[in-house]
Amino acid sequence: MTQDKTRFSISRRQTLMMMGAAGVTAFGPGLAGLTGAARAQDAPKGQVVVGFSQEPTVFNPHLLHIEVDEGVHYAIFDPLFDVDTEGKFYPLLATEVPTVDNGGISADGLNWKITLRDDVKWHDGTPFTAEDVKFTLELLMNPDFRSWRRTGHEHVRDLTVVSPTELTWRMDKPFAPYAAILASTFIVPKHAFEGVDPNEAPFNNAPIGTGAFKWQERVAGDHIELVANPDYFGDGPYLERVVLKYIPDMTVLYTQFKTGDIDVAALQWITPDHYEEAKGLEGRAVEIVGNAFFESLTFNMSKPQFQDLAVRQALYHALDKQAIIDALYYGVPSVTETYMPRESFYYNPDLPQHEFNIEKANAILDEAGWVRGADGIREKGGVRLAFTNSTTAGNHLREQAQQFIQQTFREVGAEMTISNLPPAVMWGDYWMMSQFDTVIVGLNVLTGPDPESSDYFMSTSAGATGGAGQNTWVYNNPEVDELLKKGAELVNPDDRKAVYLKIQEILRSDLPFLPIFQYAVIPGYKTGLQGYASNINNRIDTWNIRSWRWV
Amino acid sequence: MIRYLLSRVGQSLVLLFLVSLIGFMVLNLAPGGPLSQFALTPGMTKETLDRIAEQMGLNRPLPVQYADWLWHLVQGDWGKSFRDGRPVLTIINGHLFATLLLMGSSTLLSVVIGTWIGIRSAVRQGSAFDYIATVAAMIALSIPTFWFGLVSIFVFSLWLGWLPAGNMYTVGDGSLPDIAIHLIMPSFVLALVNVAVWSRYMRSATLDVISQDFVRTAQAKGLAPRRVLMKHIVGNAMVPMITLAGMQLPTLLGGALVTETVFTWPGMGRLFLDSLGYQDYPVVMGLLVFSAVLVLVGNLLADLLAAVVDPRIRLD
Repeated sequence: MTQDKTRFSISRRQTLMMMGAAGVTAFGPGLAGLTGAARAQDAPKGQVVVGFSQEPTVFNPHLLHIEVDEGVHYAIFDPLFDVDTEGKFYPLLATEVPTVDNGGISADGLNWKITLRDDVKWHDGTPFTAEDVKFTLELLMNPDFRSWRRTGHEHVRDLTVVSPTELTWRMDKPFAPYAAILASTFIVPKHAFEGVDPNEAPFNNAPIGTGAFKWQERVAGDHIELVANPDYFGDGPYLERVVLKYIPDMTVLYTQFKTGDIDVAALQWITPDHYEEAKGLEGRAVEIVGNAFFESLTFNMSKPQFQDLAVRQALYHALDKQAIIDALYYGVPSVTETYMPRESFYYNPDLPQHEFNIEKANAILDEAGWVRGADGIREKGGVRLAFTNSTTAGNHLREQAQQFIQQTFREVGAEMTISNLPPAVMWGDYWMMSQFDTVIVGLNVLTGPDPESSDYFMSTSAGATGGAGQNTWVYNNPEVDELLKKGAELVNPDDRKAVYLKIQEILRSDLPFLPIFQYAVIPGYKTGLQGYASNINNRIDTWNIRSWRWV
Repeated sequence: MIRYLLSRVGQSLVLLFLVSLIGFMVLNLAPGGPLSQFALTPGMTKETLDRIAEQMGLNRPLPVQYADWLWHLVQGDWGKSFRDGRPVLTIINGHLFATLLLMGSSTLLSVVIGTWIGIRSAVRQGSAFDYIATVAAMIALSIPTFWFGLVSIFVFSLWLGWLPAGNMYTVGDGSLPDIAIHLIMPSFVLALVNVAVWSRYMRSATLDVISQDFVRTAQAKGLAPRRVLMKHIVGNAMVPMITLAGMQLPTLLGGALVTETVFTWPGMGRLFLDSLGYQDYPVVMGLLVFSAVLVLVGNLLADLLAAVVDPRIRLD
């Protein structure tokens, strides 16, 4: 018994001693590490660290992915041709951009011919040929492949490889946006998919491209490392190494930009509340640039409250857009009357200017026969001017905007009840099948740089009425349907411009949504980094990373 | 003993099954689904989302999906992530080391400091030290980790420039000293709360022992006060701490959601948050099962250890 007790007391003491010893080791390396910090600060000149607030995880550019994944795609892959900051196409894998003038596209827009460069190699050394292009376009339509986008590609017929550097196809109908779609269709290597399920190919986690940077490694949850492709066919790369760093919190993203841990504060950029301070940071360039998303208060046009144009007009007058922008968004985004970004060639600058005017709003509703009830809320023909407004719960700026809008709407006799939902619920059937009354949402309805937006405004695109697109307004205007059809078929940009100006004009007067502002974002980078250029036509910062360099 | 172990393992399996079933139901019965996050992607259509849901088998009846998942799990296949298609176990494994490192060092810090404070407070009950320790523990417990983390970054990184603002290592370095210097701030921030917890537990455990007869006997025998403290008091006060440590095991490997986010630490906590955010159900389910296993194993270990250390406890 005595012996037993002794043994146990030793084991207890040992436990204590072990804890003590471990405590010392926990301090030990910490102190030794101080020298490491000094060394860590002079990073090699040939490396750039790009900070993203979301983590890239999908590396096959044709699988379902989000914006940030394209940060990797642009560095590793090339499309046939791409779009510059001015919205002009420039050739990459193709020797020239196909147009009607150079014979690449037939006058009726139906027959396409692409000539490819002959000096391109995949990162594994295999030569790049027209077979790869054909494979890519077919992969997108492969019924077993979880292709994220078929729009445009579904019209391609008789895809033919004429020679290793030439291929042709026919479109089953003229489809003008196809050039813009091709400009964001990255070509993937056929040989990486031989004999494997394309959804689970090893390629999907170790991509092989033709681009300026090669895949090095991924540390999940932390960063992705890419290295220069010395055999790149085009100009560049000028950086030895690119690190795409995932920083899950936007305040922390900004802090690490400030401390210099990251060289570029990329998607989702610097928050507006930090803009003033960021401008004054030494050795950093910070700018406000337009983004192709627009914020709107969106109506479900199938609800009885919103059938009457007068209601939508009155509510627009009761919406104090400028106050929302100035008070909540630090004046960073700009007021807009349309869904088209002002940087676009197709932007309509002549739309009527919105006026915040409560008296006018009341007058319109009075005239239209909406009478205030005892509780101050208007009513007409048994329909109360009461509705819910929803957005993603946890989006603080929008939640504040809602409260603001609620007050001014109340002044015109409209009762708006806030009913926010978590993102998965909000953007599921509730949104897609138009189960809401009104929503505050940021949308980009374009097809890359192309103004095509049939999936959003065409009456047949409403999920609620059996459509396959995203016309969640359940907007139905035969004239707009006609114009959209025409716009997609016309080849000449000037002819198309007239069509899209008209569409914007009609939407401005029909008001299926109340445009609030065009988004603007605030990227920042170290001033020593040359070549960084925001491009509204490509939605990610790294679109031209091949030309970035340190000076 | 064997029978005791067998029945505990059996209970654990039933519990695991229930946890996974409830987890699966909670995830899948919520409206929306793993694909709704893609709705606002430019150019996305309802047709595309419906097609991909079909291809991924997401519109099969839920019982079928659950049975399928469970059947694979039993065979050791934890499924594949919706996001990057890698096996769930590979993903968990990839985040385990970071968490182990952070939680391990912060737990060691808190155990050593917390135990010391606890014992000292108990021995000098009512002294200025005890009073200050009590107030400090209350403050530490009340400070949100998020806030404390940001303030530390502000002071030590932005202002003084002594420590890196986050990350586990400098990209391209990753040597031992480099990791160590990155570890200092997050582990201290994380330890802060735990020091408070450990010191409170240790204090009350020590106080319990101090008033026992055998301590008085030891003192009466004329043993050196230090020997009485180390051998008789602390030794016995450590027993309940083992249970506490066992309960800490799951948090040790489960990661710290907030701290890992503030310090961009690529551990399990953030994996869980990210996977929830992206509705990556296979990974969420994997993490759920993984942490449930940890809780059960941790409790079992603590019970066994307590019985080994304290002969008064019998397992039957």
